[in-house]
Parts: sequence; structure tokens; C-alpha cells
Amino acid sequence: MSILVIAEHDQQTIKPSTLHTLTAANLLGDDVKLLVAGSDCQAIATSATKISGVTTVLHADADHYAHQLAEELAPLVTSITDGVSHILAPATTFGKNLLPRVAALLDVAAISDVIKIESSDTFVRPIYAGNALATVQSSDPVKVITVRTTAFEAAAIDGGSATQESVTTSAPAGISTFLGHELTLSERPELTTARIIISGGRGLANADNFKRLEEVADKLGAAIGASRAAVDAGYVPNDYQVGQTGKIVAPDLYIAIGISGAIQHLAGMKDSKVIVAINKDEEAPIFEIADYGLVMDLFDFLPEFSTALDNL
Amino acid sequence: MKILVPIKRVIDANVRVHVKSDGSGVETANIKMAMNPFCEIAVEEAIRIKEAGHASEIIVITIGTSQCQDILRSGLAMGADRAILIETEAELQPLAIAKLLKAIVERQSPQLVILGKQAIDDDNNQTGQMLSALLGWAQGTFASKVVFNDGNVEVTREIDGGLETVSLQLPAIVTTDLRLNEPRYIKLPNIMKAKKKPLDILCPDDLGIDVNSRLKVLSIEQPAKRAAGIKLADVQELMDKLKNEAKVI
Ligand SMILES: Cc1cc2nc3c(=O)[nH]c(=O)nc-3n(C[C@H](O)[C@H](O)[C@H](O)COP(=O)(O)OP(=O)(O)OC[C@H]3O[C@@H](n4cnc5c(N)ncnc54)[C@H](O)[C@@H]3O)c2cc1C
Ligand SMILES: Nc1ncnc2c1ncn2[C@@H]1O[C@H](COP(=O)(O)O)[C@@H](O)[C@H]1O
Repeated sequence: MSILVIAEHDQQTIKPSTLHTLTAANLLGDDVKLLVAGSDCQAIATSATKISGVTTVLHADADHYAHQLAEELAPLVTSITDGVSHILAPATTFGKNLLPRVAALLDVAAISDVIKIESSDTFVRPIYAGNALATVQSSDPVKVITVRTTAFEAAAIDGGSATQESVTTSAPAGISTFLGHELTLSERPELTTARIIISGGRGLANADNFKRLEEVADKLGAAIGASRAAVDAGYVPNDYQVGQTGKIVAPDLYIAIGISGAIQHLAGMKDSKVIVAINKDEEAPIFEIADYGLVMDLFDFLPEFSTALDNL
Repeated sequence: MKILVPIKRVIDANVRVHVKSDGSGVETANIKMAMNPFCEIAVEEAIRIKEAGHASEIIVITIGTSQCQDILRSGLAMGADRAILIETEAELQPLAIAKLLKAIVERQSPQLVILGKQAIDDDNNQTGQMLSALLGWAQGTFASKVVFNDGNVEVTREIDGGLETVSLQLPAIVTTDLRLNEPRYIKLPNIMKAKKKPLDILCPDDLGIDVNSRLKVLSIEQPAKRAAGIKLADVQELMDKLKNEAKVI
């Protein structure tokens, strides 16, 4: 039996989320197939053969796979499940959009956000914003799983020597069309893979103030995150949101500035190695989980911290 | 055009959830329940679509115990026209929910089904995608904007890298993200009016759907607690800790 992993990519490179998913796949079996579906994506498929832990790269190329629409990819995935015991994708918006559709077509359950693999049929996943952990056991013939990337290390992008196979493409579904996207461009590291994250909340009070985090972030080589309140107030775009319904992160260092620490926010960052909280309210719940807390006005903190980083 | 809005009753988002010591689940006795926040957004969106003249009827539906009638009444008070309860004591999983919803879609023929992107109890984020698969419909998940455009619906989706816009052929499925809209407050007279709106009760057997699942919950446990940290005096001390104790900068 083999493990099928659906690669997340942007038509240019394989996303790190795929590498984390591959590590989970390798815990389930030795024969790991990686599906690279896209349009004109031969180069990515070829580079994917070097990822360690992949035995076969399945390459499916067609115009209708260009935008990774679930309506187009789901029939492709279900057409290649012979001999497959598990289908995995990262629990990113890509995987969450696609895999439940695949599972329903196969008439099996989908298991979301797996953080631990107990055995080939038993998995642990957080529920209630991470306030509880459910251990679930599946007797479905195929287990369809999205993997929480922060819970598994990234597979090495080299060292592998997978074979490459091309896959017969599925007929276009044609019920949805990609119109366009607005992607947030940033020179900074990506939130979900950054080693350091500095996040701002409603305490920053406006978009201009929020920009003051950038100076510090640049000095630390950090990614910038935000609470939902900061996103809703329009200080930063939606893809900065960390939390139950935003991104799940687990950097070495997470610095929360002007964030109260609502459970929905904690759900997205409480597995960070070291948490620092800056808040002027000493009762703020964020202090309950912060390793280091500073009860301080953030507008005093930021310039002082910035200077201290210069002197590091 | 009819819109179907599946809604779920969950522990209120502001309640601190406690895991039962026997590993069987979380404490629900005497706990405040409410409509899942994403479902409220779904109901609100349906009402706005109707107010804009694109829909004629909104049906709210939930699958759950008899107590779930309270959230159906809330949906009716917000502005839905009628409600359906598929009554069951069983804790059903997304695939079973999607199958039951499909049976209702086949009976009611809505052109649009709007669901929440995720129920905040099990955090599955699956039902809308599964229902689209079973119906063979297009899906606009994690929507932050929904625009009607003759015969199609344009959905702006919140994705990891930013936003993406897709055009879906109707009939279609939309799942809501938090920024799609802000649900209205329910006015008292509307609560009275909602009591008179129709609420039909069915059971899974009426629909001939097998709701058994091959996914078994073995245990529900409390995650390891983070040890409480320390409060520091100033930035100087913080720098020292980060550098010499935690060694992260
Ligand atoms: C269904 C649902 C899902 C949600 N999902 C998410 C999610 O994914 N992510 C998320 O973050 N939230 C989420 N939320 C929202 C969450 O409940 C909180 O409302 C939100 O996290 C609050 O953001 P905040 O901490 O920035 O704002 P607030 O709670 O308003 O806190 C602001 C903090 O800043 C401090 N402050 C103010 N001024 C200063 C100053 N000058 N110096 C220092 N400190 C200062 C205050 O003391 C306060 O503690 C969700 C809510 C719901 C209902
Ligand atoms: N028991 C239920 N009854 C009606 N709708 C539901 C039920 N469970 C889930 N849904 C719908 O599916 C959405 C996503 O839920 P989930 O896939 O469980 O995270 C919810 O926001 C609801 O719109």
C-alpha cells in the first residue's frame, strides 16, 4: 500500500507545507507518492524527485489544474487511489479546500489538522480551538488526512531520488473559474515557516502604528503576524491573522504586542517555543502562557527594543 | 431562487471549554450554547442576498437534538423564512451531515447553500466541501465577498497568501469566513414573529440516509498546559533572557 501526498505549490516551487506533510507521510509507510498537479509544472515535478522520502512523483499536467481548483483536482486525486491507504495534504487553505471534497467522493471521513500519528489508523487532532485533543480511529479503507504543518518537521529538499510518472489527467469539471488573486507580497519570511514572529493586536490602534513593528521585525529577521482584531480593523491584510481560524504557527520566538490573548488567538500560537508578551494590562490572559511578560506601554517598548536590538 | 443555510449549535465562543476527566468529551452541562459564529455570518449573508433581490426564500436547517430549535428560531428572527430540524441524538460527523443535507437539497432545490467554513467545536472545516462533492457543485470556500453576476456567483476567498476570486456556476456552495459580514442584532419584535414561522421536524430515517461513521473517537483529552512564565522588569532584562536563557536571538 502507498501513501499519496498532494503537493501544494504555486506553479514555481513546492511550498514548505508539502515538506512537513511528507514527514507525516513517512511515518505511515515507505512508499510515498507525491502528486504534482498543475499546468506546465514539469520543472517542479522534476525538482520534487529530489525531496527525501518520496518514492514516486506523479505528475499531472493540464490547463485546468493551473489554479488548483478543488473541483478540478478532486476527480484527479480520486482517479489514482488504487493501492493507496492514506491521502495527505497540508492543513493549509489549499488542503482544507481540497481534501474534504476528495474524502466525500471516496465516501470516507476526512480527518482534519492531524498533529500526531499514533498508528496507521489512529490520529490525534485538536478540537475546540486546541482546548482539547481528540484521538480518533478510522476503519475507512482510505484515510484522508490534513496535516498540521507545525507538528511535523520539514522533509529535506534534497537527498531523494524518486522516479517520475505522468498521470492520465481527469476531464475538466468546468463548473468554476479562477478570476484573479491579490497576494500579499513581502520580503519578510513567511509566517508559517518563520523562526521568529512579531505579532500585533488592537493595542497598536491604527495601521500607521502597526508599521512600527516592521522596523523591529527587520532587525530580527522576523515575520509579522496579527490578531483578528487588528486584521478586522484593517491594520493589515487577512493573511496575517494567527489563530483558530487563521494561521497556526510555532516559531522559536513569538512576540505578542498589544494582544490580549483570547483563546482563539492562543489556538494559533501557543505551541511556539518561547512566547513574549508586551501588554500594559497586567491581567491580560496572554501573560498566562507567556514565558516572558513585560507590563509596559507598547509605544515605550518598541523604540527601546529597537535600540536594544541595535546594540545586540 | 432559494438559499439553504445549514447552521450548527455549539458551545458559545466566549465560554472556556473544560475537558471531562474520564476522557469522554467536554463539559456541556449548564453551558451556554449558541449558533456557530460562522453560521451566523452565513445566515446574515443569505438575508443580504435576499434583500438585494437575488433570492426569494431562505431556509435554515440544523441537524441535532430537539434543543437545536433555539438556533433555528434565532435564524428565523434574523430573517430566514422557514426552518428544518433533522432531529437526532447522535453526534454526527461531517460526511453524514453532508449526506443529510444533500437529501434536503434534492427535496428543496436551492440554488445556493451557504455554510460556515468551520464549526468551532470540532474545528473540522469539511461539511461545505463534502456537500459540494456529493452534489457535484462548485465550491467557494472561506468567502470574504460574494457577488451575484447573471447565473454565476463571484466569491472572494481568504487564502493563505492573500485573497483569490473565483466565479462559480449556480447552483453552488459558499462557506463563510469571518470578514464576510457582521451579523445583525436580533430585534425583539422579530423574535415574536419568528415564533410563527414554519419549523419542520424530520428524522434521518425519513430521508433514508445511513449516518453511521467509520471514524471513532477514542478519547478526548486536555492538552499539556504551558507552564506559566515570569514577568520581567524592563527591556534590558528581556534582552538578557532572550539572549542568554532562551537563546533565541
Ligand atoms: C469564531 C471566532 C474565531 C476567531 N478567530 C480568531 C483568530 O483566528 N485569531 C485571533 O487573533 N482572534 C480570533 N478571534 C477573535 C478573538 O476572540 C479576539 O477578539 C481577538 O483575538 C482580540 O484581538 P486583540 O488581542 O488584538 O484585541 P483586544 O482583545 O482588544 O486586546 C488588545 C490588547 O492590547 C492591550 N493594549 C492596548 N493598548 C496598549 C498599549 N498602548 N500598550 C500595550 N498594550 C496595549 C490591551 O491591554 C489589550 O490586552 C475569533 C473570534 C471568534 C468568535
Ligand atoms: N449538525 C449540523 N447541522 C447543520 N449544519 C451543520 C452541522 N454541522 C456542520 N454544519 C455546517 O457545516 C459548517 C462547517 O462545519 P464543520 O465542517 O463541522 O466544521 C457549519 O458552519 C455549518 O454551516
